[in-house]
Formats: sequence, C-alpha cells, structure tokens
Amino acid sequence: MSSGRCDSLPPELHTHHHGHDHDHDHREPSVSTDRLSAAATGGVTGRGGRRPLRIGIGGPVGSGKTALIAALCATLGRELSLAVVTNDIFTTEDADFLRRRGVLPDERIMAVETGCCPHTAIRDDISANLDAVERLEARNAPVDVTLVESGGDNLTATFSRALVDHQIFVLDVAGGDKVPRKGGPGVTTADLLVINKTDLAPLVGADLEVMDRDARARRGSLPIVFTCLAREPGAARVAEWVRERSAAWSVEGLQGLVP
Amino acid sequence: MSLSYSSLVLADGRFPAGGYAHSGGLEAAVGAGRVRDLASLHEFLLGRLCTVGLTEAALSAATAVRLEQDPPTAVAWDDLGAEAHARIASPRLRETSRRLGRQLVRTARATWPSQLLDSLDPAMKDGPHLSIAHGCVGHVAGLDAFAIAVTSTYGTVAGPATAAVRLLGLDPAAVSGLIATLATDAEEVAATAVEAGGGPLDELPCPAATLVEIESERHEQWEVRLFAS
Repeated sequence: MSSGRCDSLPPELHTHHHGHDHDHDHREPSVSTDRLSAAATGGVTGRGGRRPLRIGIGGPVGSGKTALIAALCATLGRELSLAVVTNDIFTTEDADFLRRRGVLPDERIMAVETGCCPHTAIRDDISANLDAVERLEARNAPVDVTLVESGGDNLTATFSRALVDHQIFVLDVAGGDKVPRKGGPGVTTADLLVINKTDLAPLVGADLEVMDRDARARRGSLPIVFTCLAREPGAARVAEWVRERSAAWSVEGLQGLVP
Repeated sequence: MSLSYSSLVLADGRFPAGGYAHSGGLEAAVGAGRVRDLASLHEFLLGRLCTVGLTEAALSAATAVRLEQDPPTAVAWDDLGAEAHARIASPRLRETSRRLGRQLVRTARATWPSQLLDSLDPAMKDGPHLSIAHGCVGHVAGLDAFAIAVTSTYGTVAGPATAAVRLLGLDPAAVSGLIATLATDAEEVAATAVEAGGGPLDELPCPAATLVEIESERHEQWEVRLFAS
C-alpha cells in the first residue's frame, strides 16, 4: 500500500512504495501543509474547503508531458495529495507509464480515451474528463491538486477553463527553436511555458537564447522554465510553481475570497 | 412529429456529452474486415439500427412515458436500470453505457437545469445507462416520447457513421447521404420503440447485436485504437 500524502500515514504504516527518493522525513510534513489540511472538509473538497486545484498539462507529442507529471508526482507527492488524469490519443499508454514508474498509487491515476480527438477532450467536449476528474477526486478525497494531461497534439491545443484552473504548456527543444516564434494559444497564453530537453539543443542545432527571446516576446510577463527532465528528473522549478499555485488556491479558499 | 429546436440541440453531434470518442462498435467491425466501404457501412448501420437502435430507443421511450405519467419519484428506477442492464451482455459496453449516461446527464444539467436530472445520481449508482439518461434528458428538454426515440435512433446511426469517415477515409458527403437514406427506417424503429415503451418494462424489445458485443470485448484488448468503444 502507499498513499499520495505520506504525512497522513502513521510512521509504522508507511511503506516505501511511492517511488520518490527517501531523503525526507515522513513524520515531519511541512507545517503549512499540515495546518491547511486541517481545514479540509469531507466530500470532494481539498485544502481550504475548496474543490481541488486542477492543472492542465498540454503540448505536442513527445515533448515530455508524461515525464513532467512523473517528476511532479515524485517531487510533490509527499507534501500534496495528488491525482492524475491522462488523455491518450490511441491507448492508455501514459497512464500505464505512470503506474509502472510507481509515482502514484494506481487508484490516483485514471485514463480517458479521446477518440482520436485530444483537443476536443480538453476543450470542446470536456464531459469525459470532468467525469474522470470528479470520480478520481471523490475516490481519493481530500485531493489538493489534480493534474490533467492532454493527449499529445499540436500548437493549437488549449484547455477549457471549465476543466482546469491553470495550464502548463510543454515544448521540447528538439521540435526546433522556431516553435516559440510560431506562437499559438498554448505558447502565448499558458500560465507556465516549459521548454524541455535543453540537453538536445547542440544536437539539433537549436538556439536556446532564440527560444527564450521569442517566447518572452509572445508571452509578456508569463513565466517560462527551461528543463532537462532526463538530467533533472525532479523538475524542481516547475514543482515550485505548482506548490505556489496550490498554496494560493488554498489561501483564497480559507479567506473566503471565492466560493 | 413536430420538430422542436430542443430536439436538434440534443441530437447535435457537437452536444458536448462525450459521444465523439465512441464508434458504436464500428472500429471493431472495421478491424475484423466486415466494414470496408460505403456499402458494408450501410449494412452495419441498418443492422445496428434494428438491434441496438430499437432496444435503446425503446428504453428511452419507456423512461419518457413513465415520466409523463408519474411524478418522477414514482418511476421504478431500479426496474428500469435492471431492464437496461439485462439488454447489454458485454461488461465493457455496460460500463460504456453508464459512462455515457453520466456524461449526458452532466452536460444536460447545465443545459436544461431540473430537479429530475439532479436526482439521478442518488437514484442510480454509477450513473444511469445511456438509454435511460437520454429518456430523462429528452423529457426535461420538452421532447415527447417519439422525438426522444427518434433522436436516440439518430445517435445510433450518426455516431458510427462519423467514426467511419475517420477510420476508412470515406467521402464525408457520401456518408451524410447514407445517414439520410436511413430516415424512414429510423422513424419506423422509433415508432415501434414508442409503442413498446408504453407497455410493460419486461416486455421491452431486446434484439441484440451479438457480434458487436463480442467484438467490443476484444476491442478493449487492442494495443492501439482510435475510439474508446
């Protein structure tokens, strides 16, 4: 057995099956997490008495969306209660990958099949995803953050605001350094742009400075993070961004700023 | 039958209730080589209409007829659910039917807010089967039993027909023409469904598409598939 939130388990019940490094102390969760957890109520609400924060992760095929989710689960799974919905184009491969990696218990992962229309499933007809998200959150309550991974698509894919509260768009360097300049709603409007596989830049003749400059021109003040998940499997900076969004979400809930 | 705007909203393939991800057994039939072109698609659609199409439309109509006659609390949801369940042999298609039923009710709640749709979750664990959900949603949208049955049969035909365009690269205009040629058949099936829907629940029609049910179980094991069912 294992749990997405180690701090909820008595030390004697804790077993090390959740796939992250064990340099942390399971008995001492961060103070803020613990205090906020106490405010959680029953049902499908998370911290702050609010429904869980939902973050969409989109981007082209092969850019590293699933690897990023595995990294976030490994890094954040001990402090936040997480759930993941994957959207595969053809199969349940992404969900299977996450299960094999053991980053989250099986019951916290659910796959949605998208009838070869990944963009439809996250934007035009979100009923299957909402069904999966809510069942997953109810089954694992209280959940702090639900990650929704879109099926690999093209640069035009974005999430409906009725499905997620924030979205991360993942590009990879191997797709070419022209991609940020080409823009599209993912590059331009995502709350966080992740440019992955920086280690491949010299191999594919991509100029990271060009990508950075073009992305900034497209995005104004919206944040951009360069990652190399192959060498830095914890995705620390992206995890920090998720941590901040989750904390802000809970605080808004506790302050009664939102329903 | 009087045409209503609401029936078009409900029947529209763009109504966001998740139908686009399902092929109604067509993908498995294409994989088995039984549907290859427009002619074999025609046979598949006609077969589907006269089996699953009638069964589903009759369950939808039976639901609607009971909602017209009774206050919703008096409808025997357990019996309706059991009849729908018994008419789907494949465990996978049962699950699919419930999933699509939940999704339809979810979207319809925002489209046509009503106490009836809010009460369905507690009444039916894991969600109502699609046929029952369709009957309820049609009812709150103001459709009569025949309109409910016709929109049901249209969905039975249009879903796999659209999938065929994607799977076989058929001419979309020709497939549209094929859907149109089934109008008389679909209306006849709907009329039969309404007549049966007014009778006893355990005498509702139950023709099944056995091969579709068997192949749906195999389809689930495919390593790569475009459609969820």
